[in-house]
Amino acid sequence: MVVLSMLTVASVLVSFFFNRQKTWVGIKRGLGMFIKLLPILLLMLALVSLVLFFIPNEMLVRYLGEGSGIAGWSLAAFFGSVSLIPGFIAFPLSNVLVKSGVAYSTIAVFITTLMMVGIITLPLEARFFGLKTSVVRNLLSMAAALLAGLLMSFFL
Amino acid sequence: MNLRQFIFPAFFLIFIGLSWLYEFAAGIQIGVNFWMFFSEMILFLPLMFILIGLFDVWVPRERIEKHISAEAGWKGTGLVILLAMLQAGPLYGAFPFAYLLWKKGCSIRNIFIYLGAYSTIKIPMLTFEIGFLGLKFSLLRTLISLPLFIAIGYLMEGYLAGKKFEVKQP
Repeated sequence: MVVLSMLTVASVLVSFFFNRQKTWVGIKRGLGMFIKLLPILLLMLALVSLVLFFIPNEMLVRYLGEGSGIAGWSLAAFFGSVSLIPGFIAFPLSNVLVKSGVAYSTIAVFITTLMMVGIITLPLEARFFGLKTSVVRNLLSMAAALLAGLLMSFFL
Repeated sequence: MNLRQFIFPAFFLIFIGLSWLYEFAAGIQIGVNFWMFFSEMILFLPLMFILIGLFDVWVPRERIEKHISAEAGWKGTGLVILLAMLQAGPLYGAFPFAYLLWKKGCSIRNIFIYLGAYSTIKIPMLTFEIGFLGLKFSLLRTLISLPLFIAIGYLMEGYLAGKKFEVKQP
């Protein structure tokens, strides 16, 4: 948090030194993105606070925490593959889930599948690459995402 | 901005407010949860987005784009990865760009490597990941994903060799 604040202040100062106008455009563009994201973020946080209230922490830990093993991973991989959550939402969400007791390795599988596999966008992808090629790409990505999650669990 | 998007959050806040007023324990607990998450993000996110905004105005994407088609082999691969890292947005935003790369003569392997890099290691996304899940997590995931999606590029090239593959414009 402190590092981020310093990094942002330093970047703004350096940028301002080189080009005032560009700096303003950049800040405005960034804050514009933030404001556009705000309603979805509020929605996500509200839903998560509701869901986490009804799902007791012990249950969350049992199914998605350390030692939840294959079951936790399968759940994470399933949700990661079928959902279409932008990273700007997925990372804050993961942060909340980690704080509630979900294991880092489970989050890793969720994030990698979310990023690499797109089942909902498959029809769209197929229009560019053809259905068979898109299915093959998604299957390979699924395997890679699971492998990445597995490897990460050794280090986290 | 679409005001309808705020309907659910507004109801939620009214519900929390009423819970406080009438001392409805469950509602208060949900409100405390929400505040805990919200108070952190509202400090965090504007800073991150300012960084991303600055990144957006300073990075000369077009300059890299120009070199893409001409370069083959490892240099081409490096360029498509670099280009992918500098972009932002969801994966389906990368498909039209993959079509452009294809038009410019980019190889099959590099097109799929581009998609892999785009989906996993975009810099604006990495700032978010580092902020919310930590540097170690982000670094590990990047280092592990990199060889994996390069391998996918080779595998796709092998799979599509001899087939009549083309990236179409829908």
